[in-house]
Amino acid sequence: MYLTDPDPTILAKKTQLVDKLLSFLPRDAVIDDPRETLAYECDALSAYRCPPMVAVLPRTTEEVAKIVKICWDLDVPVVPRGSGTSLAGGALPTGDSLVLGVARMNETLEVDYPNRLMRVQTGRTNLSVTGEVESDGFFYAPDPSSQLACAISGNIAMNSGGAHCLKYGVTSNNLLAVKMVTMQGEIIDLGGSHLDSSGYDLLGLVCGSEGQLGIVTEATLRILHKPEGALPVLIGYNDSQVAGQCVSDIIKAGVLPVAIEFMDRPCIRATDAFSQAGYPDCEALLIVEVEGSDLEIEEQLTKIVEIAKTHDPVELRRAKNNDEANRIWLGRKSAFGAMGQINDYMCLDGTIPVSKLPFVLKRISEMSKEFGLDVGNVFHAGDGNMHPLILYNANKPGDLETCEAFGAEILKLCVEVGGCLTGEHGVGIEKRDLMHIQYSVDDLEAQMAIKDVFDPKWLLNPTKVFPLDASAERRANASKETAA
Amino acid sequence: MTAVTLTPGSESDIREVLLSETEPLHIAGGQSRLEATEKKIISTAQLNGIVEYEPGALTMVAKAGTPLSVIKDTLKKENQQLAFEPPEMKHLLRLTGNSTIGGVFATNASGSRRIQVGAARDHLLGVRFVDGLGRILKNGGRVMKNVTGYDLVKLMAGSWGTLGVITEVSFKVLPIAETQSTLKINSCDANILTKAINTPYDISGTFYDVGSGVAYIRVEGFFKSVKYRVDRLLREFSDFEVDILEMEESKKFWQNVNDLEFLKPNKGDLWRVSVKPTDGSKIIEMLDPKIGFLDWCGGLVWIGVDQGFDVRAKIQKVAGHAMCLLGDFEQFHPSSTLEKTLSKSIRNKFDPKMLFNQEILN
Repeated sequence: MYLTDPDPTILAKKTQLVDKLLSFLPRDAVIDDPRETLAYECDALSAYRCPPMVAVLPRTTEEVAKIVKICWDLDVPVVPRGSGTSLAGGALPTGDSLVLGVARMNETLEVDYPNRLMRVQTGRTNLSVTGEVESDGFFYAPDPSSQLACAISGNIAMNSGGAHCLKYGVTSNNLLAVKMVTMQGEIIDLGGSHLDSSGYDLLGLVCGSEGQLGIVTEATLRILHKPEGALPVLIGYNDSQVAGQCVSDIIKAGVLPVAIEFMDRPCIRATDAFSQAGYPDCEALLIVEVEGSDLEIEEQLTKIVEIAKTHDPVELRRAKNNDEANRIWLGRKSAFGAMGQINDYMCLDGTIPVSKLPFVLKRISEMSKEFGLDVGNVFHAGDGNMHPLILYNANKPGDLETCEAFGAEILKLCVEVGGCLTGEHGVGIEKRDLMHIQYSVDDLEAQMAIKDVFDPKWLLNPTKVFPLDASAERRANASKETAA
Repeated sequence: MTAVTLTPGSESDIREVLLSETEPLHIAGGQSRLEATEKKIISTAQLNGIVEYEPGALTMVAKAGTPLSVIKDTLKKENQQLAFEPPEMKHLLRLTGNSTIGGVFATNASGSRRIQVGAARDHLLGVRFVDGLGRILKNGGRVMKNVTGYDLVKLMAGSWGTLGVITEVSFKVLPIAETQSTLKINSCDANILTKAINTPYDISGTFYDVGSGVAYIRVEGFFKSVKYRVDRLLREFSDFEVDILEMEESKKFWQNVNDLEFLKPNKGDLWRVSVKPTDGSKIIEMLDPKIGFLDWCGGLVWIGVDQGFDVRAKIQKVAGHAMCLLGDFEQFHPSSTLEKTLSKSIRNKFDPKMLFNQEILN
């Protein structure tokens, strides 16, 4: 993948920039030593690295506004960063950029149980939000796999999902309001504690805009009362098509599980060897979880088991208590680690209509042979959100490129069958040049016009989301202004 | 006013119209939520039909002009529904048209179950539309999870036909619950609504009649589960006198809520106020209206007041917004200055000729 070259006219302003920043920020909040900016050279898409010119770690919205205004005046690109867990390179800097990290902004500002909301600074990690209200019986629903580390700011930027969004929705469905700093350094409140907006849904537009429209410093999140309990059932099939049919039948029967997870044979074998979860050696494994009181769980699991049995499963394991539940989840939760132990891997997240599952799985396994790289599939089956894990060897020349080409083919396939390039990770740099597959020139123009409104100079995370050729003119105009 | 109505049958027909048009146009679905004020109407009536329906994937794709009734009937055959319960507005607004699915999403029309499943905008997965430049555009898709590019789907939901002519929508549908029951709690305060939602019993509707001081709490699901949760809630509210509305009675009650039947006696102006749930009863106290009902745990306030009474001015200190449904006031609540600037620029990008629904959100 091509990484844009730094602009020498911007690099020339480094001292000026640092001086201005130090005029109001403490020394330890401004990182300009090249040995230290290295810490910000990549996110979880670690195949691509580039240290920024400067990194800053503000503590307040007002500081963020001042920093951004300085960058606006000097035409310095700004790359916002939460915890740096993006799998799509959403927080990858360019050499001439300032990384604005919100990691030090992690205060809880308000917890309001009657209105089921809490307001936090966005550097808070996803899991710590739930941690704050858990003892009172509440939780924050979106649960990306990286929830221990990932920040709310990044969740909002990527509109993150998770295993339980079949029932609870993704970030945008659980976000009530944000405080955001625009690239001009203005502070704006979008949304509120009320349930709908008057006028355009700018909040909805900002969520998932990958840090390209503004820097979100505070978020009002929907918190929900926890269900009384939850238990899964594990179902094994010797045919992925049958497993797909089972998922569809469960949904049609009116049961709405909180999660339906699917693993294919390569993934089952790898995770079982790694975690000793005791999974059956079969073609497809489903983990279906339901919530409620004991009686409600019983009622739902009975219906699910009845449906599963009509498809002749090779394994049916119903959790009776939390211990058994944990054992069922153990393998699934360590799937990524297990695959990582075998080799380096690339994780994609194309989403497809559920009915196309068997066809897509078949094509992926055919392509796996064509490209000569193994692939394991583990995904959120209820909503068609695939996670093919392509194994490659980073030390073998050419392997990464083959892997990327294979990945691109899988994503093309997802779009062809009526799905999309990314269901929860975002576009970042990873998929920007594939956007043409899903969107026409006009479609992309319409989206870029939104960025023109919020960030007329294209300084915020400018090289992400859009194909470089599509955004070239807009980005060039920004640097022309710099030269002038 | 006699208006000319254009009824293009395809996206390219709409494009042709828009490329040559210079006069203002009103984009109309069934005109059951918004009356046309322009001399020329561009109607989605000929964009009619369900394009795709996969019950096992909980998704449907339909052309924008498809009547809401057709969508509901089709879903019902598979025991599914639009879970966000789009309310029926026409009787209340004294309009005659029939609601279309495009209009439902263009106005982000959401009913009582909004507190449990989200609003119309949360169910909209994809849109196709023709903007004021005649561009045929798409965003989102027909899958539940999609973060590919900017979420123009959210922008279009609730844009009231000011950014383009929506031609097709894809959306999430949900199963109809096996049964439902409603607790009718007599002589109580409005804050009982937020108490109910903050239990683990998965409440799917809350309603409060200010006049009589009666609250209605709905639970839905499988038989045993509903029975269990009703029992639990009865225990929770054992200090009150509670009646139970079982299945049919319960359904009938919420149907009336959905049709806004309870607002029919209103003779004066009518307002819809959206605030933080616990502020709902505050609004009622401040205004002491002739008619007042709370939905959405108190977050949605329906108020009937004397003609010419400026609700918006009275409650300006409370965060939220007030929409004037019947009365001689600006329909939409003014936004903050910065929000207004951004919104205007966005509108200008999609409709630089200012063709669409000029008087709306302006």
